[in-house]
Amino acid sequence: MTRSRVLLRVLLRAVAVVVAFIGGLALFLVVLRYNPIRAGAAFVNGAFGSWYALGSGTLVRATPLIMTGLAVAIAFRGGVFNVGAEGQFLMGATAATAIALYGPKLNSAAVVALCFLAGAALGAGWAAIAAILRTRFHVLEVISTIMLNFAATYLVSYLVRGPMQEPTHVYPQTEPIPHAAELPRFPGETRLHLGFLLALVAAGISWWAMRNTAAGFRLRVTGANPDAASSAGRINVRRVVFSAFAISGALAGLAGAIEVQGVTFALYENISPGYGYTAIAVALLARLDAALVVPAGILFGALEAGAAAMQRDAGVPSVVVSVVEAALILGLLASRGIRQRFRDTL
Amino acid sequence: MSALFTAFLASAIRTATPLGLAALGEVVVERAGIINISLEGVILCGAFGALLGSTHGGVVGGFVGAVVLGVAMTAIFAWFVVRLRADQIITGTALTILAMGITGTLYRALYGAAGAALSIPTSRPLAVPGLSGLPVVGVGVFDQPAVTYGFYVSIFLLWWWMYRTLDGLGLRAVGESPSAARAAGIRIARIRTLSLLFGGAMGGLAGGTLVLAQAGTFAEGMSAGRGFIAIAIVVLGRWHPVGVAIAALVFGAASAVQYLLQAAGLGLPYQLFLALPYVLTLLALAGVAGRTRAPAALAKVDDA
Repeated sequence: MTRSRVLLRVLLRAVAVVVAFIGGLALFLVVLRYNPIRAGAAFVNGAFGSWYALGSGTLVRATPLIMTGLAVAIAFRGGVFNVGAEGQFLMGATAATAIALYGPKLNSAAVVALCFLAGAALGAGWAAIAAILRTRFHVLEVISTIMLNFAATYLVSYLVRGPMQEPTHVYPQTEPIPHAAELPRFPGETRLHLGFLLALVAAGISWWAMRNTAAGFRLRVTGANPDAASSAGRINVRRVVFSAFAISGALAGLAGAIEVQGVTFALYENISPGYGYTAIAVALLARLDAALVVPAGILFGALEAGAAAMQRDAGVPSVVVSVVEAALILGLLASRGIRQRFRDTL
Repeated sequence: MSALFTAFLASAIRTATPLGLAALGEVVVERAGIINISLEGVILCGAFGALLGSTHGGVVGGFVGAVVLGVAMTAIFAWFVVRLRADQIITGTALTILAMGITGTLYRALYGAAGAALSIPTSRPLAVPGLSGLPVVGVGVFDQPAVTYGFYVSIFLLWWWMYRTLDGLGLRAVGESPSAARAAGIRIARIRTLSLLFGGAMGGLAGGTLVLAQAGTFAEGMSAGRGFIAIAIVVLGRWHPVGVAIAALVFGAASAVQYLLQAAGLGLPYQLFLALPYVLTLLALAGVAGRTRAPAALAKVDDA
């Protein structure tokens, strides 16, 4: 297949997704007796109605979605069903906040780098628990990473009400991180920060590494067929699985660090509105291709920004986005499954 | 002391009932070679179905609603996994997200954005005459809501069905060796679909228990990982109904320890107790999972 045909197919897929989303959502809203026109207007306004909406709404939300989407895509590629990006994101955010608040007082670049490092390290460490459980104890990672998500949620809850709470002990959050740890914003009036650029770079590096490095090859082979990888390719499957967990966790942890340093500037309980779960939809829509994670992440960023505006301006509950995400994944599975069945009957 | 023990036992069984019900359903599903990760979503839908049903038909209507929505949810799963042979993990994850979104949206749309505290009819404890008078364990074990007695009975019914009937043998064959089962004339897709629907009914019942026999209300995301814990309990119970029931009770007991600890007033942070079930699950799986054997065809789609 030529490059332009691939591009065309991806484009068609995106258009189909958007049409399905709009149609399904409108129907759902009509059934629930919301005004679909008003909701639609609020949605479009919130997602891309203005430069401010595009930058502060869509792209700011796309940043963690691209990063966690990459985390999920890389893990799934290696046959690791890491559904724990949410917990790894939270641990990354926690580590970055801790370093920013209690770490050494250095110049801005050094502090930012140190926070990133801490976020990635703790994210990877959190994922490594699931990696050890799988490689040594044969524990299904879908279960272990979900359990770790809950554990991370309660750990953050404890920290922001206990040892890391702001000095007046009124609000369940940390004090704001120092300016030195904040990420610079793009010029203009929006809240778009350097993290978006970093997400694009991360996607580029992942895409390149997956195609052009031996490690990327080992990952793909292991994901496709671990037995063949081990016997024919002499690949140490256990090591590849472990690195898939670690890289995935590091990316999700870095996403958490970037969120704290670019958007929230403090740690609190609901710092992630479920980015780690949406990431699964992002990765699957992108067919686990790191380059396609970028447009998929932006699309979901627009969905989330539009949904938030819809709740604010038209009273439509924003959890409706989860319905869309799930419908999207199921739609992809069905189209793949139906194609498969069709081929079987030929 | 004995009052404390009674409270402890009652609390252990209360925690164990929904987990055990869902896990018993999942045993059948996994013995047919399928892993239903969407069990979490099934329980949540069951809880929502209980809310819908009970506002119209009382406690009984609530349980009917719970089972209907639970079965409906797994019917979708079955269509994807059995008919289309879609990946079980991805389908299950998507359906859990779907359950979160649909129950959350409908709840806010139907019952108001604030989600006002609803008070719905609840299933009160029924003391079994005679047995509830037993010393030490009587009140804890035999003064429970009706659904708990259903749980006790279903353990033995399921054991009998799985190990003493031809259909039970067929089920186990499908999970161990689909090709041999097919050669013996067993319709694999049919067995798997029926198993899933049964698992959906049990998962729905578990969600109904949360609403009708415990919380007395619905809250968004109130399944709180119980579906995943139930799947872990199936592993801990080694895919055997009695083992699963014991694992659920042990899990309930371990969770009930938190009430004893809180009563002891050690001043530990409450988040520690909230996180306990999840950490416990991880530790238990690490201790047991490597030493048991899952049904040979579990989660493999291609060989059907």
